[in-house]
Amino acid sequence: MNRKRLTLALSLLLLAAVPLAGSAYYTELVTKVMILAIFAMSLDLLVGYTGLVSLGHAASYGIGAYTLALAAPRYDPASLWVTLAEAVLAAGLASLAVGFFVVRVKGVYFLMVTLAFAQMFHFLFHDTDLGRGSDGISISFRPDASVRGFTPFDLGNSVHAYYFVLVVLLLTYAFLRLLLRSPLGHALRGIKSNEHRMQSLGFPVLRYKLASFTIAGALGGLAGYLSAAQFGFVNPELFGWHQSGNVLLMLILGGLGSLTGGVAGAFVFVAMQELFQALTIHWQLPFGLAIILLVVFLPGGLASLPARLRPPRPEGPFHV
Amino acid sequence: MTGALLEARELQTYYGASHVLRGVDFRVARGETVGLMGRNGMGKTTLLKSMLGLVKPRYGGVWVRGELVTGVEPWRIARRGIAYVPEGRGIFPNLSVRENLTMAARPGVEGRCDWTCQRVLETFPRLAQRLRHGGWQLSGGEQQMLTIGRALMTNPDLLILDEATEGLAPHVAREIWRIIREIRAHGIATLIVDKNHAAVTAISDRNVILVKGQVVFEGDGPTLRARPEILLQHLGV
Repeated sequence: MNRKRLTLALSLLLLAAVPLAGSAYYTELVTKVMILAIFAMSLDLLVGYTGLVSLGHAASYGIGAYTLALAAPRYDPASLWVTLAEAVLAAGLASLAVGFFVVRVKGVYFLMVTLAFAQMFHFLFHDTDLGRGSDGISISFRPDASVRGFTPFDLGNSVHAYYFVLVVLLLTYAFLRLLLRSPLGHALRGIKSNEHRMQSLGFPVLRYKLASFTIAGALGGLAGYLSAAQFGFVNPELFGWHQSGNVLLMLILGGLGSLTGGVAGAFVFVAMQELFQALTIHWQLPFGLAIILLVVFLPGGLASLPARLRPPRPEGPFHV
Repeated sequence: MTGALLEARELQTYYGASHVLRGVDFRVARGETVGLMGRNGMGKTTLLKSMLGLVKPRYGGVWVRGELVTGVEPWRIARRGIAYVPEGRGIFPNLSVRENLTMAARPGVEGRCDWTCQRVLETFPRLAQRLRHGGWQLSGGEQQMLTIGRALMTNPDLLILDEATEGLAPHVAREIWRIIREIRAHGIATLIVDKNHAAVTAISDRNVILVKGQVVFEGDGPTLRARPEILLQHLGV
């Protein structure tokens, strides 16, 4: 087993052991971090692998969360499997519709147009009755995982919810890993490297970008759904630009173009938040400073740390 | 239109106010090898890009297999059996050698699948030794081989090579020319832009010289070699 796999296996073991420590607070906190990690990995497909830097990814997160809130009956628990599928589908379809327009622009314009769309969603749910305005919606019951009378787990139980989210995190990672090894994944990485070159090779670049935007959006919706299921509450802030900015920061901290980097970034981001909040009420100041230092001194993110610590290989480009 | 594989008529292309192509007529027939020559800045790459849809010409038209493709998206033109090897070694450095090759694999326009990964690796044995390496780990010569190999994976009817040997060590450039001859022998039409005029005229059926966005000479290798004043005046050799 190589070092990378060993690190992954140890991390997984560590994650699986968190609820055994017996602290409900940390179990719920790490559940939240794993949801953010799913969110960060979904954005990584777009930013790290397709080269599309979005500042509106929170839109899919919000749509996923609101789908559960709007689909859940008032006095009964909603079906987990049905509403989960609906949330992923709704976020995917919304991303497909938004993506149809935004993938036509590049660079800073893409950044601004995605931000504008996310703000439109924010105000749609903030200023209309659709999402009950700024008060948001409370979800009275956790989604029910029952299938034909059999209940495999209870999301109301924080340990059950923890392991469910851990499994979803692993499935999301496996799905993205497979996708990136598929011809679609190769095409997306090619587009990130050189769009014109891909067109010259006969690739319909806009369609591939749209596919990436849609898949990233659907997975963002999955993360939003899990967040709504965990906290039992949604409000328009889920669509906020700071939400999009935070997940982008997690990716930058963890390392773009490395799925595990997104996971690590989510953990470091929340850990720093927790640490500085415990130290001072003006926690944003040292938090911002720490982020600046990390970005300046570790530009490739945490994922680049092993390569930096390794002695340089003698093997370089092969000259002919 | 005529039965040419690729044809441009009265092509005029601008970069802003700069008039780069000034009414170029150009054609490549099936199985033909054409050398496109000219000094730097005379419009060779612009002509290629205009025909491939990467730059939009202001006037004139481009036809592929007799079908008008002016204004058509570049990927649709490429799917009509045209593979472009751009200048500056167009590999994808973030993909492995194998991924660079397999990503481009598709049957030709008429369903031909002559060029498989295995055949490309037989043609470029160096790449077979580097399959798992990242594109960024290759030398200049290997990168160029990879770019040509990747273009062949699309099973093209026309291969366009823009400065394929530029900046390569002489023995690597010789290897590239050998491969180009081999590709030509398989009946693939080739359009070659290269500063090595002797090598181009030796391999091509027809040569075209561009000067300030206009065709000033068109003829076969022996005709061009018989008129050294043209080479001297327009190419400085």
